[in-house]
Amino acid sequence: MVVAIKTLPKEKYFLPGSAACPGCPEAMGLRYVGMALGKKAIIVVPAGCTSVIQGLAPGCAVNLPVLNVPFASADAVASGLAAAKEIIGEDAVIVVWAGDGATADIGFGPLSGAAERNDNIVHICVDNEAYMNTGIQRSSLTPYGAWTTTTWTGKKEAKKELPLIMIAHKVPYVATASIGYPTDFIQKLRKAASIKGFKYIHLHAPCPTGWRFDPSKTVEMARLAVETGMWILFEAEKGKVRISPFSKPYVDKSKRKPIEQYLRLQGRFRGITKEDIKILERMVDEAWEILLKLT
Amino acid sequence: MVVKPLTGNYAVAWAVKLAKVKVIAAYPITPQTTIVEKLSEFAERGLLDAKVIRVDSEFSALAATWGAAAGGVRAFTATSSHGLLYMHEVVWWVAGSRIPLVMAIVTRTIGPPWNIWTDHSDIMDQRDTGWIIMMAEHNQEVLDSVIQLYRITEDPRVYLPGIVGLDAFILSHTTEPVDIPPQELVDSYLPPRRQPYVMTIKEPLIMGNIPADLKWNMKMRWDIHASLIRAKEVIEEADREWYKLTGRSYGGLIECYKCDDAKTYIIGMGAWVGDMRDAVDRLRDEGYDVGLIKVRFIRPFPDDKIASVVKNAKLCIVFDRSISAGSAGPLFLDVASHIHRYGINVPVVNVLAGLTGLDVTSNEIAYVVKKIYDSFEKGELRNNIVWYFGGDELWW
Repeated sequence: MVVAIKTLPKEKYFLPGSAACPGCPEAMGLRYVGMALGKKAIIVVPAGCTSVIQGLAPGCAVNLPVLNVPFASADAVASGLAAAKEIIGEDAVIVVWAGDGATADIGFGPLSGAAERNDNIVHICVDNEAYMNTGIQRSSLTPYGAWTTTTWTGKKEAKKELPLIMIAHKVPYVATASIGYPTDFIQKLRKAASIKGFKYIHLHAPCPTGWRFDPSKTVEMARLAVETGMWILFEAEKGKVRISPFSKPYVDKSKRKPIEQYLRLQGRFRGITKEDIKILERMVDEAWEILLKLT
Repeated sequence: MVVKPLTGNYAVAWAVKLAKVKVIAAYPITPQTTIVEKLSEFAERGLLDAKVIRVDSEFSALAATWGAAAGGVRAFTATSSHGLLYMHEVVWWVAGSRIPLVMAIVTRTIGPPWNIWTDHSDIMDQRDTGWIIMMAEHNQEVLDSVIQLYRITEDPRVYLPGIVGLDAFILSHTTEPVDIPPQELVDSYLPPRRQPYVMTIKEPLIMGNIPADLKWNMKMRWDIHASLIRAKEVIEEADREWYKLTGRSYGGLIECYKCDDAKTYIIGMGAWVGDMRDAVDRLRDEGYDVGLIKVRFIRPFPDDKIASVVKNAKLCIVFDRSISAGSAGPLFLDVASHIHRYGINVPVVNVLAGLTGLDVTSNEIAYVVKKIYDSFEKGELRNNIVWYFGGDELWW
C-alpha cells in the first residue's frame, strides 16, 4: 500500500486560523490525519497543545468531530465511544490524538488498559518530547541530555521506549512515524484504520518552540532524527517488527549521519557535553540492536 | 409483577437491565462490586444486550461510560468511595458536556484508615459538579429510582447526568423483597434514548475547546444550574407517572412522614431514614410533636419544598452522615441557608452521626432528638452543631 501525494484528498480537514505556533508539527500532523482518514475519523483530544491549536469556540480549525477530554482519560473515552459506534453500526475510526505526556505519563494507565482489552481505537502519540503546552517541562519521553524548564542542566534519564512497551501489549498493530515523512505516516494510519482492535502509532514531532530551533526547519529536524538513527521508522504487526523504507538505509550504522548534526541545530542541547553525546550515541545503538532482534 | 428477594446492588442491576442500557463500564470496589458482577452475568447469559467494558480504573470507568453515552447509547457505571474520588475529574466533564448517563454510588467512608462501611462523604463530595444526585431509603426505591433517573436525565428540559446513592451494606448487601416491574411497563415509562448531541462522523461537532468569550463559559455554568432547577418539575413528574403505573410514589424531591401536625422536624437522607420513621413513631407515642422530612434529592436541592413544610415549625434537627470539616454537615448547611432565603427563622440543629459507618439505631435517634428537644425547651441548647457517637456520648 503506497501513498501517492497526488491521490490524497484535496478537502481541507485542518483549516487556516488555528492557534498553532509557526512551524508546529501537530498542525501538520492533524492535516495528515484528515488526508488519511477523511470523514471517517472522530478525534478524541486530551489536554495538550492541540487543546489550544484547534482554536477558540465556537470556531474550530479541525474540520472533523472533536471530543476534548480530561488529560488522562482519552483512551478510556475512546473505548466507550468505539463501543457505542459498534452498537449503532456507524463506520467510524476513533482516533486518540495525544501528546507524549498524555500518552506516556498521566494517561499511561488508561492507554495500557485499552490496549490490553484490544479496544477498537487508533492511538496516535504526537511526541514533541516535553510538556510544550504548559511551557516545556520534561516528560518521560524527553530524551537524555535535553534542556527543559524542569531540567535546566539536561535530563538525566533516558527516553521511555514506548513503542516497545506497546508491542509488549500484544496489540495487532504498532508503528512509528515522523512528521517529516507524511506519506509513510498516512500509509500507516490507513493500515491501522483497516485493522480491528487496538492500534498504536508513535508520531515523532519536532517542536521549534520547545526545542529551540528555527520554525522553518520542522521537517528538516524530523528527517535528521531519522537520518541520524535517533528516530527509527518501523511497524510491528502481531509483534513482528519490520523497519520502514525511510529508515532501512540506517540499519547499516555507517550510513547514519552523526547525531551532532541533529543536536547542534537545537537550543535544548546547547549545553550538552561530549560525554553526554557518547551516552546518547550508545542509546541509539542499543535501540537499533533491540529493535532488529524483533524483526 | 414479580417480587424477588434482592440486595440493593442487585436491585440496581435489575433496573439497569430493565432500562436496556447498552454500555456498562466499571471497576471493582467494595461494596459496589456485586452490581457489575450481576450485570456481567446478565450480559454473558444473553439476558441483557449490552457491552461490558472491564476497565483499568474508576477514572477509566466513568470516562468510558461518558464516551459511550456521547457516542449515542444509554450507558451506566457504578462505584464507591475512593473509586468515586478517583473519577472526580471526569464527574465534572460529564455534567459540563451535558451528556446524560446514570451512575450508582454505594456510599462508603473515605480513608484513611481503610473502612468499607457507609457514610455520605463520597456522594456529598459531588454536590457542586452539576449532576442530579439522590439517595434511596430502601431497595425498592433503589430499583425504581435508577429507572426514573434515566427518564429524568434524558429529558430535554434537563440533559444532565444523574447519581443514585445507596448506603453500603445497609442497602447494598441486605436482601429485601423487591417488586420487579414487567419490561413492557418500563418501556412505556422510559422513552428511547434522547441526548443533546451525538459524537458522529456525520458532522464535525466540537465539544469542549477553549471559549472565545468567557461570558459564554459562565452562561454554560448558569445553564447547568437553571436546568437543575428545571429538573425539579421533571423529577416530580417522573414520580407521578411511576405512581400511575406501579402505585409507588416517593414524593418526588422530598417525602414527609407525620408532618401535618408536627412542630419539630427531623431531616435526613439515605437508608437511616427508615430508622428515623421508627424514632418518630416512638417519640409520637411519648407525646413529642415530631415529623420527618426525607430528603430524596440533594441536587437539585428541594429548598421550596422544605421551606413550605417547616415554615411554622419551632425546631428542625438535621442529621448528617458526613461533615464539611471546619464548617458543618452539608445537608444542614443547605437546609439552614435555604430556609433563611425563604425568610423562615426556625432554629436548626445539626447532628453529625453515623460517620465512618458507626451504627445508629432508631432508639439512638430518638434519644438524640429528645436530648436536643428537651434542652431547647429549657433554653439550654449550647451549640447547634452536635456530634453523636452512639450510646449517651453526645458532644456539644
